[in-house]
Amino acid sequence: MPWDRNQMAARAAQELEDGMYVNLGIGIPTLVANYVGDKDITLQSENGMLGMGPFPFEGEEDADLINAGKQTITELSRTAYFDSAMSFGMIRGGKIAAAILGAMEVAENGDLANWMIPGKLVKGMGGAMDLVAGVGRVIVVMDHQNKAGESKVLKDCTLPLTGKGVVDRIITNLGVLDVVEGGLRIVECAEGVTEDELRAATEATIV
Amino acid sequence: MKKVYGSAAEALEGVLSDGMLIAAGGFGLCGIPELLLQAIRDAGTKDLTFASNNAGVDDFGIGILLQTKQVKKMISSYVGENKEFMRQYLGGELELEFNPQGTLAERMRAGGSGIPGFYTKTGVGTQIAEGKEVKTFHGEDYILERGIVADLSIVKAWKADDTGNLVFRKTARNFNPPAAMCGKVCVVEVEEIVPRGSLDPDSIHLPGIYVHRIIQGQHEKRIEQRTTRPQEEK
Repeated sequence: MPWDRNQMAARAAQELEDGMYVNLGIGIPTLVANYVGDKDITLQSENGMLGMGPFPFEGEEDADLINAGKQTITELSRTAYFDSAMSFGMIRGGKIAAAILGAMEVAENGDLANWMIPGKLVKGMGGAMDLVAGVGRVIVVMDHQNKAGESKVLKDCTLPLTGKGVVDRIITNLGVLDVVEGGLRIVECAEGVTEDELRAATEATIV
Repeated sequence: MKKVYGSAAEALEGVLSDGMLIAAGGFGLCGIPELLLQAIRDAGTKDLTFASNNAGVDDFGIGILLQTKQVKKMISSYVGENKEFMRQYLGGELELEFNPQGTLAERMRAGGSGIPGFYTKTGVGTQIAEGKEVKTFHGEDYILERGIVADLSIVKAWKADDTGNLVFRKTARNFNPPAAMCGKVCVVEVEEIVPRGSLDPDSIHLPGIYVHRIIQGQHEKRIEQRTTRPQEEK
């Protein structure tokens, strides 16, 4: 059985170490916060906050307190607020240890595409290009294949790039892959997924 | 110099002109200058270019100026929440310049700080880098981005004193300080104007030197995504 969304998030949470400042993207990456356990992790929200807390209790929502997905959230005792220029100063400046992001496509050279489908979807890159260019480690969490069953782990990205050669590790429903010299290296397979199955589902070169 | 005005319309008198570049604070619908946007709609100023992270939603924020076709161009990082925007853009009625969010914030900060350009690795090797100067530092490529100097900044803060010293609240700060910094004229709307001396000078987020006109008003402060936990979990 491949991993479900929560299992992928739990696996991604294992990447985080005590003391890290981390940025989580929208979608499955947001779920990673549920699995950090006792680790001392500070979450950054790029709209201007360090120390992001959980959703508020009903009736306690504050319009002035949202995350980068525009969802209402809460603050913690460690929370600090700042403006967008400083927020991206710490991102670009390499102060954020890791970003966990979703993706449409990842290539074997670490290229990432997650912001635009030409002619179809015009949303924008938001902070994704700054994050992948600036943070210490970029971890992608996504389904291994698209709805048509085609690999999203490719030799070359076909969509416009978010960043070139920026991805360090890919966590999918089928397993974990690292970007290394010459292609991707299998780190582990999801429970019940064989290495052959993982290879067969992957277009990219596996070394 | 008197900075406090009676209404958004009064505060914008003499500073609006067709075709101008306006820098606006806000992230999503959080911390947007909603009263000043309504006043710009009422003034009917046309062919506006907005440097603003987002474009509001159909009936709130910059969205209300899209409905009246007052916007010619957006400089933004994310416009996904606005159907009217999508319709006008795909129909070729609206220009769009995507900027990575941090690049947009820094372009405003730089423009307001006398820095006409800066090099960043954000966007290297992507569409964003096309046509931009590349320079190598310590063996890595960076692209040249330019500071933004806007004709007008419109900003939302929590509190101001009558000299324009500003305090923001929580994540409603976001783009407001850099947007305020980059305007030739900066008009601010706040929830409360307090007497000078009542704000702690050590706790001012943006000094009044950046602020030219201030109004106080009632804000709707709409929430875009209301996400909660049930009270029983408390």
